[in-house]
Formats: sequence, C-alpha cells, structure tokens
Amino acid sequence: MSNLIKFKIDNKECMAEKGTYIVDAARENGIYIPTLCNMPGVKPKGSCRVCTVKINGRLMTSCTTPVADGMEIESSAAEIQDIRKSIIELIFVSGNHFCPSCEKSGSCELQALGYLYQMMVPRFPYDFPLRKVDASSPKIIKDQNRCIQCKRCIKTIKDEQGRSLFAFRNRGHRIEVVLDKELGLMMTEEMADLAMKNCPVGSILKKEKGFDIAIGRRKYDHEPIGSTIKL
Amino acid sequence: MSKPVLATTSLAGCFGCHMSILDIDERILQLIELVEFNKSPVDDIKTFTKPVDIGIIEGGCCNSENVEVLRSFRKNCRILISLGECAIMGGLPALRNGIPIEECLHEAYIGGPTVQLNKSHILPNDDELPMLLDRVYPCHEIVKIDYFLPGCPPRADLIWEALVALITGDPMKLPYEVIKFD
Repeated sequence: MSNLIKFKIDNKECMAEKGTYIVDAARENGIYIPTLCNMPGVKPKGSCRVCTVKINGRLMTSCTTPVADGMEIESSAAEIQDIRKSIIELIFVSGNHFCPSCEKSGSCELQALGYLYQMMVPRFPYDFPLRKVDASSPKIIKDQNRCIQCKRCIKTIKDEQGRSLFAFRNRGHRIEVVLDKELGLMMTEEMADLAMKNCPVGSILKKEKGFDIAIGRRKYDHEPIGSTIKL
Repeated sequence: MSKPVLATTSLAGCFGCHMSILDIDERILQLIELVEFNKSPVDDIKTFTKPVDIGIIEGGCCNSENVEVLRSFRKNCRILISLGECAIMGGLPALRNGIPIEECLHEAYIGGPTVQLNKSHILPNDDELPMLLDRVYPCHEIVKIDYFLPGCPPRADLIWEALVALITGDPMKLPYEVIKFD
C-alpha cells in the first residue's frame, strides 16, 4: 500500500508521502520554499514565518503544515513573495545586522534571503536596540545583536544527557538566547563547530575562527540560497 | 538636449563608495560623455552651481553638517540615491547607536585605552565643529531618498548599471553577484 498523495504547488502536480511537511515535500519535488528557523531533522516550530505560503486563501507556515491530498498551495505569487520580503526586512531592522563587519557575511542565511528578494532597503525604520555580546565562554562568542531567536542552537546543541546548552532567557521583546554558564563549560570543539554552522546568522561564532573564507568563495557569493534544490 | 547633471557627496562614510565609483574603470570615459559633474569630490566643485538631476549620497548622518549637506542635496537634486550601507542603514558609524553620546565621547577622548595626550581631559568643543547627533541616521530618515544601492562598497557594476539605466531609461540588468550587503 502506498502512502503517496497528490497535491499542487503553484499549479505544478507534486507527490509526497502522507504527513510530510509542505516545505520538505516541496524540496522533494524540486521547489524551494525559503526557511530560516527550520532545519531538516529538527522538529519544526514555525517561529520565523519566512516559509509562509497560501493554502485555500489562508496564509500558513509551510514548515509546520503537513501536505494533504489534493491540497493547492500558492508559493511564488507576488503577494506571498512580498510578505516573505517584509518578514526578512523586519528581522533586519529589529536587530543590529551590520553585514560589513559580520564574520558570517557571505554565508549568512538571513543575508542570503535579503539577496534572494533583492532587499535594497527595509521598508521599516531601524530599531538599533542595545544588545550585548557575551564572550565569556571559552569556545564561542554569542552576539545578541545578530540573534534572531530561531532556537536552532537550543534544539541541536545538547550534551550526552540531552540537556540543551543554550536556553531562552526573559520574555516578549526582551527574550534572548543564552549559553548556560555551567553546561557551556562542557562545550566540545565539535559542539562549537556545529553551533556556529547551525546558526543561520552570525550570532554564534567560534572563537579564533572569524573571516576564514575569502570574499568570492563564501557560500552565497555566487549561488543564491535554495539554488541547489532542483530536480 | 544638454547632458544630465550629477552631484556626489560623502557624509558619515569612508569614501569607499566613491572609490567604487572609480572602480568602473575605463567606463568613466563613457560616464563623462553621459553626464556632467557638478558639486562632487570627483571634480572638487564645492557648491551647487546649477540644478542637478542625480545626487549620489555616500554615508549616513552622524552630525549637524551631514544633515545640512543632505538637505541641500535634496533641495538641489531631482533624484537622490543612497549609495552603500552607511547611507542606507548608518553602517559602521551606527555601531554607536544605542550607546549614550557622553559615553562615546568619553571613550574616544578621555577614558579610552589609547588616549594619552589629552591630559586636561578636554572634549572637542570648538564652535566650528559640527554637533554630533544623538545617533547615526540613515539618509532616508532625514530626507526622501528615491533609490538605494546596497553594498560595502556597492559593486562598481551595480553603480554603473543603475546610473546608465537611470540616464537612458533602459531596464537594469542585475545579476545575482551585484547585490551584496558587504
């Protein structure tokens, strides 16, 4: 018995296994839907909203919505593209994202989405919040100016007992992702590498490892984000 | 028909964007065929001598002089372009945003680890000096800006394409590589 179901993305016939999240199903069918907080293999939470699509006239996050039989999904319509662009712009203005001085520049997913949507200037005023840089850990630097609270580090960097090394502190607009003082001391080289890699922006940096790839050879210097997803 | 008139200025910037204008290399010969330069560091004309069609602004506004120059550009130019990250979002000078101005001045002139010669602890206070603003402002938060060219510096090809498109009315060719924020 096959669990394959049929659905449409932008009128293109697609097939995927029942229960697959739209963003993953789209990828399997060669269609790229941008994501920021979502990561393959990690339970989705739909916090960044960048993967917004329209289903039956309603805007939904495609990382948390499973495909259903006969579903018709709109993803590339100008309206949806502009909604995504506005979300990216909001993220840019609500933190302090100084691309020219950022170690992750060129390999940053947020920046790559800015390029993808040709963000020339955000339509919202810059907030310039006062945020701190925590360099107390022996392995990493946690720059709160650049954090977008995607929770990727919280979900993926854990010790052998499954305890997260990172956690949320405070609530509302004062929320921040911090490294646990005690658990942070047990961070291994591999964990630090993974934390830096998983961070979609330049908020987690491994110490003594800034600017190590030449301009022109970084991840998104020549290829737009999502361009590897093809049939 | 006379040639369109171009003016440029650098506010709180590093002149890197102007260097990037020069990076159009030999196309600069085509540029002087296409436009006439007015107030600009390129030809060293200090004041507007006629109405200008295209004004290019590098850098954001960090002091009262920047605001004055920007406003005079808005007054004298039909079209204003924000060139580069500093003009668009304040750029590196805006790293001081959020830090009280008193703290910044203290760090720079009195308490900073490299301050040695300022024995009498004087903050710059000459009347000739422009007043620092409370923070660095993107140009479009001070006056209306018509177009934005990001980059640090904006790629020479982006500047060239944008200028030619603006002057000739032809559509812009924007390959992926020319829009960068660094």
